[in-house]
Amino acid sequence: MASLLLIEDDPLVRRGLELALTRHGHQVRTAGTGEDGLRQLAAAPPDLVILDLMLPGIDGFEVCRRVRATGEVPVIMLTARGDDFDVVAGLEAGADDYVVKPARPSVLDARVRAVLRRTAGETEGIRVHGDLRIDTGALTVSVRGEPVALTPTELRLLLTISRAPNRVFGRQQLLEEVWEHGYLGDSRLVDNCVQRLRTKIETDPAAPEHVQTVRGFGYRFGPL
Amino acid sequence: MTRWSWSRGLRARLLAAFALVTMAGAGAAAWSGAGSARAALVEAHEHQVTTSFADQVRAVAPTLSYPPDQATLDRLRTALGAGTVVTYGSARSAAGPGPDLVSAELRGAVREGDRLVTQRVLDAGTPWLVIGTPVVLTAPDGTRTPSGVEVYTVRDLTVVQEQVDRLARSALATAAFALPLAIVLALLAARTVLRPVRDLRDTARRLAAGDLGARTPPRGVDELAQLTVTINEMAQAVQTSMTAMHGMQSDARRFVADVSHELRTPLSTLTAVMEVLADTSADMEPDARESAELAITETRRLVRLVEDLMEVSRFDAGSAPLRLEQTDVPRAVRDSLAARGWLDEVDLVTGEDVGALVDPRRLDVVVANLVANALRHGAPPVLVEVSATDAEVTVEVTDHGPGLPPEVLPHVFDRFFKADAARVRTPGSGLGLAIARENARLHGGDLTADDVAGGGARFVLRLPRGTARRDLERS
Repeated sequence: MASLLLIEDDPLVRRGLELALTRHGHQVRTAGTGEDGLRQLAAAPPDLVILDLMLPGIDGFEVCRRVRATGEVPVIMLTARGDDFDVVAGLEAGADDYVVKPARPSVLDARVRAVLRRTAGETEGIRVHGDLRIDTGALTVSVRGEPVALTPTELRLLLTISRAPNRVFGRQQLLEEVWEHGYLGDSRLVDNCVQRLRTKIETDPAAPEHVQTVRGFGYRFGPL
Repeated sequence: MTRWSWSRGLRARLLAAFALVTMAGAGAAAWSGAGSARAALVEAHEHQVTTSFADQVRAVAPTLSYPPDQATLDRLRTALGAGTVVTYGSARSAAGPGPDLVSAELRGAVREGDRLVTQRVLDAGTPWLVIGTPVVLTAPDGTRTPSGVEVYTVRDLTVVQEQVDRLARSALATAAFALPLAIVLALLAARTVLRPVRDLRDTARRLAAGDLGARTPPRGVDELAQLTVTINEMAQAVQTSMTAMHGMQSDARRFVADVSHELRTPLSTLTAVMEVLADTSADMEPDARESAELAITETRRLVRLVEDLMEVSRFDAGSAPLRLEQTDVPRAVRDSLAARGWLDEVDLVTGEDVGALVDPRRLDVVVANLVANALRHGAPPVLVEVSATDAEVTVEVTDHGPGLPPEVLPHVFDRFFKADAARVRTPGSGLGLAIARENARLHGGDLTADDVAGGGARFVLRLPRGTARRDLERS
């Protein structure tokens, strides 16, 4: 289904997840260290990286930052339950989603599929919003004619909220539509993704024109 | 902390004692000094007055003729000045202003004796000295015969009295002047005693408040310094044993945290491969399939137990994060039940939208624990009721089972407490209620258990609604 790169230092956990994810139909490559993982990423970029944060050598956060710097490969991180610091730092490093350990392969598979799903339903054509141009068919975005590279999650978030300009989307709603999280999703995923999206498409990310905050409710697209 | 009433404090008592002693001492000194000075003054004045009067009488007496007639008496009186009366038998000189002060007692003493007699009399607030003397005739051979003439005179003592009063006033003023001096001294003395006492009190308070490093540096070698040293030693002993105890406690907690952490890695592998096993178990021999199913069930239990242990460790270490969000509590409770497929088994009674500033994940943990518990140990119907006041929101979970026996009630929130010692196998970790209560307390609320009338256990979660309405906004 998808080609995954699993970076996990414990050999048995690595093998166990490899077995299980392969059964879910994915093509899985593995790395035991961050260095090895980055090498493999450079040699042949996968569709998605599954990253354990506790790594010897360069840690998971640094690996995440470097993955993000080299391209638009999405990252799902594996974090300890209740370790908020890991979650916050991991999302700031650019991770698209996270799964708490011990990770159930079926949960991980669902997240992988959600993160890789780029489209948001209908593809009715081109949306233009000020200097922002979204091609919902070709799944490309440009600002003032310059193409902007977005991760699948960022693209899907933009497609979702630009579908209905001026409508307010709650965080929980966005979690369900973009991340496909059910009950009690982590709204920090939304906030972090919005921040990253703004740095890419807004002229002034501190005074956003496209993805605007509606205090106490969520976000909306426009108005200009 | 207790605030001493000022009047009962050590300083006030010291001040009062000093002032009393000073006033008593100064008063006594002034009183006795004024008394003796007064006696000396009065005596000297009397002596002077009587001597001069006696001299006058003695000088005039020989010039009189005896027995004297009225004219003689008048002449004598005139010679002796105003305020004098002269008598001879029943005859008397024309009365002066004072003679009515002469008492019968004095007159008797003069008539009987042959010498000068004095008496002090107070008349209408004015002190008088009344002097009476018989006129004695001295023959040329030296024999003395009373002439029967008596002379009385009255002298004003106001001047002396005024002098005495002045003396008393100045003594009083001196004593009064000593009072502020005594107060200043008392304050100084109180300070030297009270400062170490206050230091000790502050130290004791800090110790009581848990600051075991609090000490008072001892000053000097007096009893207070000894007391200070003793208290310091006591604090040291307490601190040493508390440190040892805390050390053991935190060692035990760290051990639990470390063990849980170490268990998580193999559990990650097990969790990963259990699904593979579950997928393939359909094709297995019955024995192998049952074994696989047992392994899967027990792995899930182990995962749950380790997660609960780690959660408890976080509470113990004080590192459990609280992420408050404005939450519609009835809806959150409904979602929590719905997510576990319990809506058909539970009667949910809620009011309108009840907003509260809570951590929705932790609220979910508590609700899930309480309802799972009620479904497992109680009997249907299980009732979940959400209500609220201005200050707090309440979630009540009631079942219709046998309720909690009185001997169990105090222990339901204990870790690994099992109501029925014989029942070893329960799906829960044995930490659920302990964690639920920690979650409630992390919010500043509480979780309590009791029995409702007519059987059935009731768990009541109370959470403060949060004063400031903080919205979900973070960016």
